[in-house]
Amino acid sequence: MDVLPGVDPRAPLLEVSDLHVEFRTGYGVAKAVNGANFWLSPGETLAILGESGCGKSVTAQAIMGILDTPPGYVTQGQIKYRGVDLLKMSENDRRKVRANRIAMIFQDALSALNPVYTVGFQLGELFRKHRGMSRGDAKKRAIDLLDQVKIPAAKARIDDYPHQFSGGMRQRVMIAMALALDPEVLIADEPTTALDVTVQAQIMGLLADLQRQRNMGLILITHDMGVVADVADRISVMYAGKVVEEAPVYDIYARPAHPYTRALLESIPRLDMKGQQLSVIRGLPPALTDVPKGCAFNPRCAYARDACRQDPAPPAYQVSHQPHRTARCHFFREVIGE
Amino acid sequence: MFRYIVRRLLQMVLTFFGATFLLFALVFANQKDPIQALVGERPVTESQRTFLTERYHLDDGFFTQYWYYLKGVLTGDFGTSLTGRKIVDMMSDAWPVTLRLALIAIVIAATFSVSAGVYSAIKRGGIFDNVSLLLTLVLLAMPIVVIAPLFQLIFGIQLGWFPPTATRDATFWQLLLPAIVLACIVIAPEMRVTRTAVAENLRADYVRTARAKGLTRMRVIWVHVLRNSLIPVVTLIGVDLGGLMAGAIVTEHVFNIPGVGFNLARAIRTEDGPLVVGFVSILVILFLFINLLVDLMYAALDPRIRYE
Repeated sequence: MDVLPGVDPRAPLLEVSDLHVEFRTGYGVAKAVNGANFWLSPGETLAILGESGCGKSVTAQAIMGILDTPPGYVTQGQIKYRGVDLLKMSENDRRKVRANRIAMIFQDALSALNPVYTVGFQLGELFRKHRGMSRGDAKKRAIDLLDQVKIPAAKARIDDYPHQFSGGMRQRVMIAMALALDPEVLIADEPTTALDVTVQAQIMGLLADLQRQRNMGLILITHDMGVVADVADRISVMYAGKVVEEAPVYDIYARPAHPYTRALLESIPRLDMKGQQLSVIRGLPPALTDVPKGCAFNPRCAYARDACRQDPAPPAYQVSHQPHRTARCHFFREVIGE
Repeated sequence: MFRYIVRRLLQMVLTFFGATFLLFALVFANQKDPIQALVGERPVTESQRTFLTERYHLDDGFFTQYWYYLKGVLTGDFGTSLTGRKIVDMMSDAWPVTLRLALIAIVIAATFSVSAGVYSAIKRGGIFDNVSLLLTLVLLAMPIVVIAPLFQLIFGIQLGWFPPTATRDATFWQLLLPAIVLACIVIAPEMRVTRTAVAENLRADYVRTARAKGLTRMRVIWVHVLRNSLIPVVTLIGVDLGGLMAGAIVTEHVFNIPGVGFNLARAIRTEDGPLVVGFVSILVILFLFINLLVDLMYAALDPRIRYE
């Protein structure tokens, strides 16, 4: 592809700072993302963890530039790829970043693949439209890709349609599609949620292998703490559109610094807890049209005091420098210390 | 796929017998004195009556008569019209004109409604969308008996943009205004269905994937969305062909086009039984084939149907 103006190969791979996304609907403005911050380095896996509706998928779509506008708008912030702010790019340059530099895998491969075109067409399209290859060459490359994601008899299956593949195989096709143009960043939005457990493990294994081979940065969006523990290097926990805690995976599991993270970890069923009541997080995440004052988690928080119920919302406190950890809780010392 | 076509052809045979049987029964039931109708106002002598009864098998039962009729249809012998002309000859004059008219109308309707439908789906709630909604509602509310003479008056006579009537060997130019009139009756529903289908597909997950692949907006819409949206539109166009044939009866009459509709209108007015039955039989066959074609189009558009 053409060289993007201003791209600095030494600049950080991906840096999202103070990202705000809102949806302007007939029922009011829903603030889906309220100042998300995180960064990603080559070869690293960052997990973005959170409940449904916490803004993690919207963040991913904003990075890709595929928000549905209207109603979705990025209102503030920066998304820097190798030093260039993607939000300031022309739509045409932005389009060339997609799939070439930053690619994405979606949750449900059956609905995410076009039902009326063959897998070969949908893969080959990338080479034809971005690389100007002929149909024949594009097809050869597509077969190669299916081989790389370990689809048996790739050559015979290239002219099959998505509905003729099993769930796991379809997700492999999805992965092949995302990796076709050798992107540096891969965003996987709940890549294994629609699959059963044994297939989940295979797909995560495949993703990890491919990531290692290509030294790709991987953003893994999930609500599955089990998946995260296995593959992630760092975790960003999102709640009501904000990153409430950010830390290396080991630290967060050992000593969470935000009450929300702590509550999430306590609600994972464990074998040694047999017969005991599982702890849950009471209540529901706030409606994004009506986020509580102060800390958005305060109505559900066991540590909440008066300070939590008043603006301004807690800033991202530095929990430790080495390793780098932040938490948006006034009382993080209390949470972490217990 | 092959078995699917065979199954559909077998269904068509059954439908053909059912439809022609009904058609024949209706005409049969409507007859009071076919011989009197045949010769018109003049008195009929006893010997003429015997001769004609013999010739048209009028003494035989209903089923025998149906059998003779079927044999005629299948061997291409539709008998003679009350005007004395061979019906087959009249058909070979009329069908090419009407097919041309219908084809022009379908092309106009499909091109216009698909492009306008896609555009209003993309710009949902915009000016174009609202204006076209209003216009299509107006068109929908006007029956063809109003549109045809109205267009003839405005565009044919007052503005003089188009020839107001057609001649014996109707040219493309002469057929254009009547084709537009015909297209008007199907544009409204086709455009609305296209708009709905495209709007629905624009929200589909695969569209998000296509955008994430860095494809241009044009390609996402015209390659990925459109093919998924065309399935209901193709069905409608197939069904609309029946409506076009019905509309042709009025349009051809108004614009004086010597086609199927023109002949049918006259045959109905002059109670020309054999002519009505003959033309309608072909209409039935044509309609059946178009529906088969529509079903095959589904399979071409949607692989999930092909592999069932």
